[in-house]
Amino acid sequence: MTQKNPNPTDSTGWFDKKENVRKVFNWLLGACALLVLIDVIFWITGFDKHPYLNWQKWPGFQAVYGFVSCSALVLAANYVLRPLVKRDEDDYRKESKGGENDA
Amino acid sequence: MPDFIPPAFIFLIGALLVPFFKGQARQVFALLVPLVGFANYFTIEKGAHGTFQLLDFQLILGNADAWSLIFLNIFTILSFVGILYIVRDNKPLDLSAGLLYSGSAMGVVMAGDLCSMFFFWEMLTIGAVMCILARRTEASGKAAYRYLLVHVLGGVLLLAGIIIHIAGGGSTAFDKIELAGPGAWLIFIGFGINCAWPVIGSWLTDTYPEASYGGLIFMATFTTKTAIFVIARVFPGEDLLLWIGLVMVTLPLLYAAIENDLRRVLAYCLVNQVGFMVIGIGLGKELSLNGTAAHAYCHILYKALLFMAIGSVLYRTGKTKATELGGLYKSMPITALFCCIGALSTSAPLFCGFVSKSMIMSTAAKQGEYLIWAALLFASAGVFLLAGLKVCYFAFFSKDSGTRCEEAPLNQLLAMGIIAGLSIFVGTFPDSSIYPMLPFAEATYEPYTVGHVTDQLALLLFSGLAFTLLLRAGIYPADLRATNLDFDCLYRKTGPTIYGLFDRVLNQFNKGAGNFFVGKVATGASNFFESGSARILCHMMTPIWMLAGHSKEQIEEERHVLFKRAKRGAFPIGLTALLAVILLGLLAVVFLVED
Repeated sequence: MTQKNPNPTDSTGWFDKKENVRKVFNWLLGACALLVLIDVIFWITGFDKHPYLNWQKWPGFQAVYGFVSCSALVLAANYVLRPLVKRDEDDYRKESKGGENDA
Repeated sequence: MPDFIPPAFIFLIGALLVPFFKGQARQVFALLVPLVGFANYFTIEKGAHGTFQLLDFQLILGNADAWSLIFLNIFTILSFVGILYIVRDNKPLDLSAGLLYSGSAMGVVMAGDLCSMFFFWEMLTIGAVMCILARRTEASGKAAYRYLLVHVLGGVLLLAGIIIHIAGGGSTAFDKIELAGPGAWLIFIGFGINCAWPVIGSWLTDTYPEASYGGLIFMATFTTKTAIFVIARVFPGEDLLLWIGLVMVTLPLLYAAIENDLRRVLAYCLVNQVGFMVIGIGLGKELSLNGTAAHAYCHILYKALLFMAIGSVLYRTGKTKATELGGLYKSMPITALFCCIGALSTSAPLFCGFVSKSMIMSTAAKQGEYLIWAALLFASAGVFLLAGLKVCYFAFFSKDSGTRCEEAPLNQLLAMGIIAGLSIFVGTFPDSSIYPMLPFAEATYEPYTVGHVTDQLALLLFSGLAFTLLLRAGIYPADLRATNLDFDCLYRKTGPTIYGLFDRVLNQFNKGAGNFFVGKVATGASNFFESGSARILCHMMTPIWMLAGHSKEQIEEERHVLFKRAKRGAFPIGLTALLAVILLGLLAVVFLVED
């Protein structure tokens, strides 16, 4: 059922083309910019967003929060948690084997 | 026909009968059971049904109120979709496990007293263990054993709690209990183990990735959500739940970020989302409890969809690790689309997660729980990043791994399609789908305001931007083949460690004792009984020979001869007579002294 394609580069998926990936990235950037712009317009015009808290009235609060928290999450996981908890992939399997050999 | 048929019975009887059918008949029967369950669901009216007396206890099998009916609704839907997802293989164990598991979960939510709740609660574990064993690998066998151990412990704690609670004059009603006294605390912890609380809940991320591709759909749906149901029923508004929830919505995300096995990434995100519900219960307001029920409903939908998409990848390729997958959108485009819908369903507008999460968040904000609110916002962004973007990207869109396979089978695509459709329907029309089912009708909520939609979109798109930039900077694709230690090491490592310790101490003791008793004591005794009496005799005779004036050489010679004779037991008559006289003399002395 599963087979390995001997030459993965020969397939022409839509995402294999660099310009398509760039296109997606540009759309993402555009959408982000638009949302911040909308937020600024709301702030200037004093449009009531029915925020739960005062912080949410600041323009771009959610944008900054999303960006910073996700970056912090990945960085903390990568550089703080990983060195603490990373073990060999077979860590648990080795232990259980060791136990059996002892017995 | 009785007025009320407990939904659990339909599923449990179905589970028992499945193995007796053969071929296509089995597939049809397994699919019919949840459909009958669904038809039965519509006949259930609110109120207490199915009550009967067992010894001193009144058992209630059909406590139908808004809380139990919304859970019964989603459980029935999921049991049908789950069975549809696995029906192609037509394996009796898997189908029975699915039905048994569904029936037990329905039994818990419909229970009106602690005794029948406990009965079905324990059956959940059996269903789950069967779902893990259905993977049929050595690793899954061991995982099933670990699962069983942890849940048997949880069950014993819960039972002890219930007994103490009832013995202390508490009611058997499955209703609010104040968290005071040992009984209530044991019940609290027993529930918490199934709810995957920090430390005691590490069984979840340990064992879920070992389950079968389809069994995991049932596991992700039933165990933690019945736990949410019982906690919401028994301990609503308990402050401690806020802190437990706070850890649950943050710490597992860090693990999800560095985990390589995509099903384990989803399992960590599941804990995170259950944390949302725990906080909703902890806040204890009508709106947040509505949010908990709604979010349980929606979370079941999108988590099942994500687990199904990755389950199909496992089914077709045998792989679930980010480092081994990539570029599968070429082989499995429809599955990839459903996975993307699952990702968006976590919190994007028009999808189900959007309309449920915000009820809990808005209650936190209104209550002035700023830390909780900030953590929930962080969790919303993080879960989209990890359960959504990470899983979709690494399975389907990252660098082509060269793996080619067929698209998922039709039954799996249908199952995913039903859930995807429901997710969009619930997200788009909450007022005509889940909102009317919520427990507190007066606590209304309007998710689609301009501000809420733009704010949520900003949060999600900027998480996406962070993901893309980290990926481009080469920081993110750090998915390494590794095991990350979690609290499950408490039982996975300490078990072998204690075993090793006992091995050293007890086996060393055993060896020492063996050396001493077998090597020394037994040989000593054998020597003694073989030649001990001869030696004593020689020692006794030596002073007599010395008195008789024998030289040292002569004594040595006499001893040698006497020793040989005594060992053989062959004495000349004169010597025997002499010994008899000595013995009599000694006896006489003893008697005289005693007198």
